Amino acid sequence: MDTIALNIQHVSKSFGGGRRWLPRLRGGNGEVRPIVAVSDITLQVRRGEIFGVLGPNGSGKSTLIRLISTLLLPDSGTITVFGHDVVREERAVQRLINRVSVEAAFFKRLSPIENLLYGARLYGLSGDEARRRIHEILRRLDVRADALGKPMEEMSRGMQQKVAIARAFLTAPILLLLDEPTTGLDPRSKREVQAFVRELRDSHDATILLTTHDMEEADALCDRIAIMDEGRIIALDTPTGLKALVHPSNGRVPTLEDVFMQLTGKVLAEEEEIAA
Amino acid sequence: MTPIVHQARASYAFIERNLNLVKRYWGWELVWMAYTIANSLAVSYIGAGMEQISGQKVDTHYLILYLVIGTIVWRYLAVIFHAISDMIGWERWEGTIEYTLMAPVPRITHLVGQTFFAIIYSLIHTAGILLATAVFFNLDLRNANLVGTLVLLLAGSLSFIGIGIVAAILPLLFPERGSQMTHLILAVLLFVSGVYYPVTVLPAWLQPLARLSPATYVLEGMRATLLEGAALTTLWPYIWPLLLMGGIAIPLGVRAFQVAERYAKRTGRLKRNG
Repeated sequence: MDTIALNIQHVSKSFGGGRRWLPRLRGGNGEVRPIVAVSDITLQVRRGEIFGVLGPNGSGKSTLIRLISTLLLPDSGTITVFGHDVVREERAVQRLINRVSVEAAFFKRLSPIENLLYGARLYGLSGDEARRRIHEILRRLDVRADALGKPMEEMSRGMQQKVAIARAFLTAPILLLLDEPTTGLDPRSKREVQAFVRELRDSHDATILLTTHDMEEADALCDRIAIMDEGRIIALDTPTGLKALVHPSNGRVPTLEDVFMQLTGKVLAEEEEIAA
Repeated sequence: MTPIVHQARASYAFIERNLNLVKRYWGWELVWMAYTIANSLAVSYIGAGMEQISGQKVDTHYLILYLVIGTIVWRYLAVIFHAISDMIGWERWEGTIEYTLMAPVPRITHLVGQTFFAIIYSLIHTAGILLATAVFFNLDLRNANLVGTLVLLLAGSLSFIGIGIVAAILPLLFPERGSQMTHLILAVLLFVSGVYYPVTVLPAWLQPLARLSPATYVLEGMRATLLEGAALTTLWPYIWPLLLMGGIAIPLGVRAFQVAERYAKRTGRLKRNG
């Protein structure tokens, strides 16, 4: 039987909402409608799987990643990582995961080595072990050795993103959350990162949740893909299964982009009809 | 690996990171040191000029030393306060707050590392000011009880660590202006604690507030040790309120910070970088 690495059950998350006192003093009701970021999401990711989440900007992908990362608390529903609840067993979950976000967040004046050493020590690695792994991973990601001692702010966006990926890999997480990890990378760097993601899954038994706008990347890397729109999952299947949802036109095999456009378009059309 | 080793390494992560930041921002550190020295000297020279200002005979040496003690104690406590209260503000500015707060590190471990660095950094900073002041003024510390001075500074650190932790909540909850809000706490303490004057000159209704400020006890104790050479055994009336305030402020601060962190996670306030 497959082990469930990540189990998300009926999770919802909204921001804002409630009543504001100032408009009420001026005679209004002061009610502010909450923004629904994630609405009743249920999905399971199996151990060793590369699971993709596709969706337009504002569809709730990053909120979902933050909920799994213990950076947000869900309004309702449960999330477990290898059986540990993200709310009640926060520390246990944090030990099993790491995350790469779209913005490579670093101490900009510190060098890659200094930033990575900081990250490694937070996860309990010794200095020697951390240095060994840092050099190994950065070499694998083709980060030049002469750049390791310079401040991060002097590196290109692509190089910074590679260091961010190295930081996450450094702690050997068994669930890796990649939030648009290849955004801003040149094609060659993108391929290197994608190869490294596969290698990590195959040789280190890691489970990977990946959000991306890059349909080709999702198609090439992911075992299964969920398509999100307005906080909801509107389709979930293997890449082949998703493509089967769209009829081939002009003899052309549908791409994930066709699937994505058709599914999100359908939802928008339905909403417009309701509004009308 | 035992949990203690894990926590020790995590605590050291904050110390090492902050030392690296000091090294990388060395220019700023020099500017900051020059600013605080100039500030301390400007206040201390009020004592040197008092005879000319008032036209009366005053004990200039005593007055200068009185003000020097005020500037040094205040700088020491303020640097500790900022090193702790900026731990969130700094991470917001760098954009690393989410990375640090999702690491498997209990907040107490985070605070231990940050506090250890704050005390060492503040002691070095204060020594620099003391050295510069000694060059400008012929300070006679022959009767001073320097051991008592150090004991008072360390006892006073505890409360300021606790107050700093409470202040660190502000940048956590108010991403845009939280860091600036922490200055208000320090300004009130500066006003009521008798840093440059005895608290008895304050309006009667404000004087009870002075008794609630840990800085008041550090300053009064320091003046007793440096101006009058009070023995360590006579310092207990200054030390016990500091230990009591520290004993209350630190656990209260940690608990309040944990509650605020949970609130920030519920309302999504960690995401925005100020």
